[in-house]
Amino acid sequence: MSKKKKQTVLLEYQQPFWTRVKKDLRRNWFAYFVFIPVLIWYIVFHYLPMYGVLIAFKDFKPLLGFARSKWVGLKNFVDFFSNPYLFRLVKNTLMLNLWSLVLGFPAPIILALLMNEVRNAAFKRTVQTITYMPHFVSLVVACGIIRLFVASGGPINQIVNFFTGTEHSSLLNYASMYRPIYVLSGIWQGIGWGSIIYLSAMASVDPQLYEAAEIDGGGRLVKMWHITIPSILPTIMILLIRDLGGLLSSGYQKAILLYNSMTYETADTIATYVYRRGLQQGNYSFSAAVGLSSAVINFVLLYISNKVSKKLTETSLF
Amino acid sequence: MRGQNIRRVGRWTPSNIIFCIINYAVLGFLTLLCLYPILYIIFASFSDPERLIAHEGLLFKSLGFTLRGYAITFKDSSILIGYRNTLIYVVLGTALNMIMTIMGAFTLSRSGLMFKKVLMMVIIVTMFFGGGLIPWYLLMRQLKLYNNIWAMILPGAIGTWDMIILRTGFQSVPRDLEEAAIIDGGSQFTILKEVILPLSKPVLAVILLYYLVGHWNSWFNAMVLLDKREMYPLQLFLREILVSNSSSQTAVVESAELSEVEAYRELVKYCVIVVATAPILCIYPFIQKYFVRGVFVGSLKG
Repeated sequence: MSKKKKQTVLLEYQQPFWTRVKKDLRRNWFAYFVFIPVLIWYIVFHYLPMYGVLIAFKDFKPLLGFARSKWVGLKNFVDFFSNPYLFRLVKNTLMLNLWSLVLGFPAPIILALLMNEVRNAAFKRTVQTITYMPHFVSLVVACGIIRLFVASGGPINQIVNFFTGTEHSSLLNYASMYRPIYVLSGIWQGIGWGSIIYLSAMASVDPQLYEAAEIDGGGRLVKMWHITIPSILPTIMILLIRDLGGLLSSGYQKAILLYNSMTYETADTIATYVYRRGLQQGNYSFSAAVGLSSAVINFVLLYISNKVSKKLTETSLF
Repeated sequence: MRGQNIRRVGRWTPSNIIFCIINYAVLGFLTLLCLYPILYIIFASFSDPERLIAHEGLLFKSLGFTLRGYAITFKDSSILIGYRNTLIYVVLGTALNMIMTIMGAFTLSRSGLMFKKVLMMVIIVTMFFGGGLIPWYLLMRQLKLYNNIWAMILPGAIGTWDMIILRTGFQSVPRDLEEAAIIDGGSQFTILKEVILPLSKPVLAVILLYYLVGHWNSWFNAMVLLDKREMYPLQLFLREILVSNSSSQTAVVESAELSEVEAYRELVKYCVIVVATAPILCIYPFIQKYFVRGVFVGSLKG
């Protein structure tokens, strides 16, 4: 039986390409058939916008449409790179992302390490249920809560007043407060949910390793440091590469809900600038060029961090 | 399981006990920190509005007790319209999501397709490259997806990550069962309907819930693609009340004394947060394990 199968495989392999295609289509027509709508959807909603990025090289006028708008070469890119706000935009994007990375990246790892040491199942479940919860609160509501908390008279506002000794209006009106608010609230939103992936990595650690450490008289911190952390290192690296690759990209949704013209100095990022200039002011070509520039730089960053990680730790995203 | 835990955690030495105490204390504190904002909102929503706006700092119980905030919230026509629209978008959107995702995941989970690698590439590429916000927006305008109910449903019809999770689920269906169905003369469609779907219920539940919550919480597409207020989902009305402070909130003005309007406006903010989030958070503890399972399945392939 197995010999026969092998033979037919060989024979099929030797057949000319189109014969094989025909056979494949006849045998698997249903699988291909149901994929047609999926493929069309991907082409329309993902690949057409990629083609549409060409408006970055045009002077797009809505009335003329895509085809009849004039080509202007790199004019939009030159405009962006000589833009007086360029430095501020790049700096704000980097600062917000770096702070989110430095404080927000280790937070779920630490939470997962602590939870991994808990024996009481009920306590563990409670901690998990509650820390995952902010992830399911919608962004609009989360930002609404943040606004109420930092508003004058709100709890966080009061804490800040206590330490500085002065009264503040809503903290979101102070440029110096925007980054802490953005970064710390991000940890609140993401710490629990982010810890799941590490917990799942920890669950697959071979218990014999712990047993061996126990016999050698290793305490819990020793085990954590020498067994648990090395075991989840590949997971950590992969997520780190992903985040490093995103240093120049940033969510605009949360920023749109939190920033205002008083805090542009620290809050305005490349993504929010694209949104404002493009969708609010209608400078489509210019903001498409800004978006494309940052996407290219982002990909380079991702590529570099992936390469570096491959060299250092032999884990890589692709 | 128990024995394994004892081995991992070790004996009750003094350092072990101290470690445990610190660990429980830190985790307890973190948990309270995550929970408190939600408790605060609930306490505030039942509070006497005058006392609430005069109050500063933390709340540990409601200040007085009144349901008037909720009464006003449910009288507000925009909240009701928003609720209705969101329900429509959630039901239609999730239905389309499931159909499209199942179709895509089915094809990508088959073995022996000549073009599977190509199709997989077509999809994976979109996780790394995109046209960006502006070309996407202009395309939506061109496709007449502006002020159109389809604008809330079509652009997000497939979540690539969800499809990959479902594909992993489909692939874990034992091959023997499929082969048995083929021997019984079943078509590919029967295999999908009778074998794969029933055996993949847990993964299907996971992505169903992901999509559901996603639709319930989404607001950005609606903000840029909808202009008519009667089409707004709940989240956009919430944004008006919570973020822009621009809503006229006629319900407040009608139901409160002139001197109280400001206070009631503040109170309504807390009430709408509760009203808009309660459905998700009420079912959340029961479905939490499905969400977590999704991350587990996803991380296998990630």
